[in-house]
Amino acid sequence: MHPVFNSQQSHHLEQNYLERIELQDTRVKTQLICYHCGDESPDDSIHVNEKIFCCNGCKTVYEILEQNNLCDYYSIDKNPGITQKQQTKRNYDFLLDEDLVKKLIEFSDGKISKVTFNIPQMHCSSCIWILENLYKLNPDIINSQVNFLQKKIFINFSSKTTNLKEIVELLDSIGYEPQLNFDNTTTIKRSDYKKLYYKIGVAGFAFGNIMLLSFPEYLSLGTNEFPELKRIFAYINILLSLPVFFFSSSDYFISSWKGLKKKIINIDVPLALGILILFIRSLYEIIFLNGAGYLDTLAGLIFFLLIGKLFQNKTYDTLNFERNYKSYFPISVTIKKDKIETTIPIEKLGVGNRIVIRNNELIPADSILIKGKANIDYSFVTGESIPATKVNGETIFAGGRQIGSAIELETIKEVSQSYLTQLWNSKAFNKEEESKIVSFANSISEHFTIAILLIGLTAATYWYFVNPSLAFNSFTAVLIIACPCALALSTPFTMGNTLRIFGKNKFYLKNTYAIEKLAAVDTIVLDKTGTITENGTSEVKFIGDALTGKEEFLIKSTVRNSSHPLSLAIYNSLTNKKIESTDYFDEEPGKGITAVINGFEIKIGSKSFVNEKNIDDGVLSTKVYVSFNRKVRGYFNISNKYRDGLKKIIFELAQSNKISILSGDNESEKNRLQEFFGNNKEMLFNQSPFDKLNYITSLQQNGNKVLMIGDGLNDAGALKQSDIGISISDDVNNFSPACDGILDSNSFSRLSDFIKFAKKSKNIIISSFVLSTVYNLFGLYYAVSGTLSPIIAAVLMPVSSISVVLFTTLSVNFFARKRKFN
Amino acid sequence: MSVILILIIASLLVAGGFLIAYIWAVRSGQYDDKFTPSVRILFEDSKKNSEHRVQNAERKEKNIE
Repeated sequence: MHPVFNSQQSHHLEQNYLERIELQDTRVKTQLICYHCGDESPDDSIHVNEKIFCCNGCKTVYEILEQNNLCDYYSIDKNPGITQKQQTKRNYDFLLDEDLVKKLIEFSDGKISKVTFNIPQMHCSSCIWILENLYKLNPDIINSQVNFLQKKIFINFSSKTTNLKEIVELLDSIGYEPQLNFDNTTTIKRSDYKKLYYKIGVAGFAFGNIMLLSFPEYLSLGTNEFPELKRIFAYINILLSLPVFFFSSSDYFISSWKGLKKKIINIDVPLALGILILFIRSLYEIIFLNGAGYLDTLAGLIFFLLIGKLFQNKTYDTLNFERNYKSYFPISVTIKKDKIETTIPIEKLGVGNRIVIRNNELIPADSILIKGKANIDYSFVTGESIPATKVNGETIFAGGRQIGSAIELETIKEVSQSYLTQLWNSKAFNKEEESKIVSFANSISEHFTIAILLIGLTAATYWYFVNPSLAFNSFTAVLIIACPCALALSTPFTMGNTLRIFGKNKFYLKNTYAIEKLAAVDTIVLDKTGTITENGTSEVKFIGDALTGKEEFLIKSTVRNSSHPLSLAIYNSLTNKKIESTDYFDEEPGKGITAVINGFEIKIGSKSFVNEKNIDDGVLSTKVYVSFNRKVRGYFNISNKYRDGLKKIIFELAQSNKISILSGDNESEKNRLQEFFGNNKEMLFNQSPFDKLNYITSLQQNGNKVLMIGDGLNDAGALKQSDIGISISDDVNNFSPACDGILDSNSFSRLSDFIKFAKKSKNIIISSFVLSTVYNLFGLYYAVSGTLSPIIAAVLMPVSSISVVLFTTLSVNFFARKRKFN
Repeated sequence: MSVILILIIASLLVAGGFLIAYIWAVRSGQYDDKFTPSVRILFEDSKKNSEHRVQNAERKEKNIE
């Protein structure tokens, strides 16, 4: 198409567009959105069958689906596709590498292979539908099944006629690029949770039946008339309780044994003690004393405890809290050897390889620039959003992303030894996770266990002198009654509930221990870029005489052609709707752009570029100068946009916490930060990832409990080292470094509410502990007097457990409503 | 008297049957994904679709042979 014609046409459309806005605002929106992905389309130049697309990528996907009669995709959900604007052609040749294929394929018998992919893009029922109909696109795919919550697809394919590369290419071509990485931690987790389901099933089955068979005993019905029946019932009870004792309760014995080996008395120790005594004493009473035993109490206790465990184990399947740099880095890289390009898996990349990095690709290892114009975006590593220009011979650190044409580099370090990835070799990442966990329940269980043992022994000693036959009875009864089931239940129910409420409000914590750690925090460390500033948006101010409408129009038309973040920021800040295509356009990376429109020459860029004098004034590139026909007009001042309500959050947080800021940037924003934070907060600039980690360590050495809030790879060390690390994210399914929780950036303003609520939850556990102590004291009265009957145990145990669960659930919900959580 | 014993054994057998059914359900993966099936059931299985399934099944059998 002739360019002029194209521009006129789009100009015409633009006017139409404006008219339509005046007519009916909503209609425009439905008319000019991409049929595939639902994004706004600039115009309707890309269309098929009267359907408009925002980019050629989206159109291609539509065409693939249309050819295969898969247009149901668009009728299940509206505009279900994934935008293809940012897509670059990826090369999947590395998937022919046999070692790699072996790692990815879960099972293969030579004919049929099974593979599982993570597809973070799936978001609606159309996605499920298309992914389960893959066999229509490639008949060699036997079937494919989706697990939506885990964002996984399981594919069976015939490995004789197709291969992994073709399947991945197919997925990529319809917009579902699989996330390829090699840590398969989730599969282990799943079998673990199945075991818990079995245990609950067995315990529930036994609990119901034992209860039923114990009714005659509770109500003293017929036990005297038919003593043999009572005996048979008791023996059936023993049979039923065996799987409960040996299978369902095994976790408690294993955990308390592990704790004792480390000389820690955790909450499972008194529980295991209680379970053991309950079982032994029941056996003794049934076999030798012709009694009824406490097996109903035993089965009920374990059933409730396991339910509590299930409740606590709520996890966010789709979120991964254990990611390291490997899941951010690509799994393959293009290398050039004897002028031939091949792709190899990244693990095979050694020192001295010549690698080729194309537009938008990541540099996997520290290397030296050999050829091409490097324009490296380090935003993920340093938070700095403006790409840095590099010249031949300069070292480029791993983690940067090339913007622009392809470059060639020679690696000087291995992937794992590069500057950034070395962070993962530091001590913080080799710490045992368990040592960090000191839950409230565990911390008091030590005193608790000693106390009940003392009470039991005192009672036993007393009865030994007064009435020796009651000594054994009273000692065991104390251990049974004092079995801290209410305490063991209150923690999972309170914390499980809190976890859910946080989740509903877009704050996703890794586990319930994280809540306790959050409640203990007294120092908060914030990263600057991306954490307290908004990603992708900036404040743009024009300094100089106000721009006229025509000038704005010319600037907007010019910057539209550049993908530089600063151009984008300026483009978005200009409200002018009209756009003209350029007659001439040239972009010099790191300097600026030149364009000619309708005879006007427009230059936009750094001061020296626009002035055409070779002076570098040393000012940071957040000032973008503009000239029309070589006359400098003024400059755009572009600065970070801080999150809404930042000042209020900081004020709230500062009331009970020490706050400091760490930034990888220079000090240019210091004055603005002080507006938000006041002058008395610690602010550190030019912090490397290692500096951040060390800063956290030094705070901890002073006895502070540190909450670190960050967002990028550069915060990974600090997040890991801190007592609790929270990563902030615009899209929680995107990459976030290893952390204890992920906070959706929309909920950032509620941070202080979250912390306060965590503290409240801890108080609820303490109150419920007091409540359960009251029950225990009441039961202990029977226990020490040696008159604990099965029926008292059978009534007291469920009553105390259920009331504690009710108390914690209701109070958590009450306080959640009071804090206006959803 | 003995009737009670028979009743109890019968009830235990029935309850045991349900326990086995539950364990089978967990084992076969019904608790792995508690969301997707609820969406999947609403998709219409077009005629072509099921034909293709048959073809695929045949192909699968051939492969195994």
